[in-house]
Amino acid sequence: MKIVIVQYNAGNTCSVDFALQRIGIQAVISDNADEICSADKVIFPGVGAAAPAMAYLAAKDLVYVIKNLTQPVLGICLGMQLMCNWSEEGDTQCLGIFDQQVKRFPATSGKVPHMGWNNIYDLRGGLFNNLAENSFMYYVHSYYAEKGAHTIATTNYGIEYSGALNKDNFYGVQFHPEKSAKDGQKILENFINL
Amino acid sequence: MLTKRIIPCLDIKDGVTVKGVQFEQMRNVGDPVELGAYYADEGADELVFLDISATDEKRKTFAALVKRIAQHINIPFTVGGGISSVTDVHVLLNAGADKVSINTAAIKNPSLLQGIANSFGNQCVVLAIDTKVVDGDWYVYANGGKVPTGIKTKDWVMQAVDMGVGELLVTSIDNDGTKKGFAVELTRQISELTNIPVIASGGGGIAAHFADVFRDGHADAALAAGIFHNKELGIPELKQYLKDNNINVRL
Repeated sequence: MKIVIVQYNAGNTCSVDFALQRIGIQAVISDNADEICSADKVIFPGVGAAAPAMAYLAAKDLVYVIKNLTQPVLGICLGMQLMCNWSEEGDTQCLGIFDQQVKRFPATSGKVPHMGWNNIYDLRGGLFNNLAENSFMYYVHSYYAEKGAHTIATTNYGIEYSGALNKDNFYGVQFHPEKSAKDGQKILENFINL
Repeated sequence: MLTKRIIPCLDIKDGVTVKGVQFEQMRNVGDPVELGAYYADEGADELVFLDISATDEKRKTFAALVKRIAQHINIPFTVGGGISSVTDVHVLLNAGADKVSINTAAIKNPSLLQGIANSFGNQCVVLAIDTKVVDGDWYVYANGGKVPTGIKTKDWVMQAVDMGVGELLVTSIDNDGTKKGFAVELTRQISELTNIPVIASGGGGIAAHFADVFRDGHADAALAAGIFHNKELGIPELKQYLKDNNINVRL
């Protein structure tokens, strides 16, 4: 099976690669459209800010490529946010795969960034096979996707929001499975086995 | 609900862990990777690796170690010790560290914090502050808590937050090593002063001390070293105690 991690100016590419190595998978890291399209599964990581990330993807002609992938795609953190319509971070038009908006946490939610371990619940679909309700995942983010029709996991940080999204072949998780101990590893394995 | 974090800190010198680490089930207690993995399995929420090597030469080997840590450990970790430039940070984040902890270099050159936050995002910038009470007010100390700076701790916190720091690691020099409890009042004041997470450090001796600094000190995380390394307090028992005392933890 060929797994490609999309390479762009995102911070956690090597962490995702290492996490895959721990479950015995040697991924290809690439920003080449042909390479990405030929993958069995694509992982779209992300740590950083929305606007420069979208600008980078546009410069590399990857916007159309990613939107039109037909194999399973997993967006992580900023990767998931970029798969939504729009982000309040830098007033950025995103890929528009999930019909959701990404907003900044209100001051009433608590400290920002939302940093640390939080539980996920109302889990739906194969991404969460063998995972208990209220499993803990590691989060680091200041912006969130609201709950909506595509929500397959919910998290609460003052407000309820999308911990994970799914539409057709596209999956997104706001948390970092690559840093979420054994339960996070299970999610990566589930994605690989989709 | 977001949980309170427990963070063991490992001091690394010339690539091996220092301090009396005693775990009979481990082959090589001096290996930071093996010890870190042990804590991750025990339920540590994050790890901090501090490089206390004396020379720049030895420090260069730290990046290789950071890569090995990132390959083997499945929870987030922060690295610190002698980081003094954006280039240093780039090397360590590229090796797989999630966050970097900056201390003395930021006191000498506060704009370094801004440079790191602008380049890599504020979520990866941890400002470590060593602080001590002098005449009833808290002051910042540099060079491992040895050199007074004359800067008031609250002023430094506010300046650092403006510079884009994402988290504060606050060590009370007076409490450190005493095992008599964290500086709860200091932690509470700093936590209320800012809207970024605060890690309390120094003085944790028994489980009740952690409960105190979470409940009364409003800490988001608590860091300790010796009590974990010497097996005076196990992370599973600590977390169970916190849960029994209605403090939200990952168990």
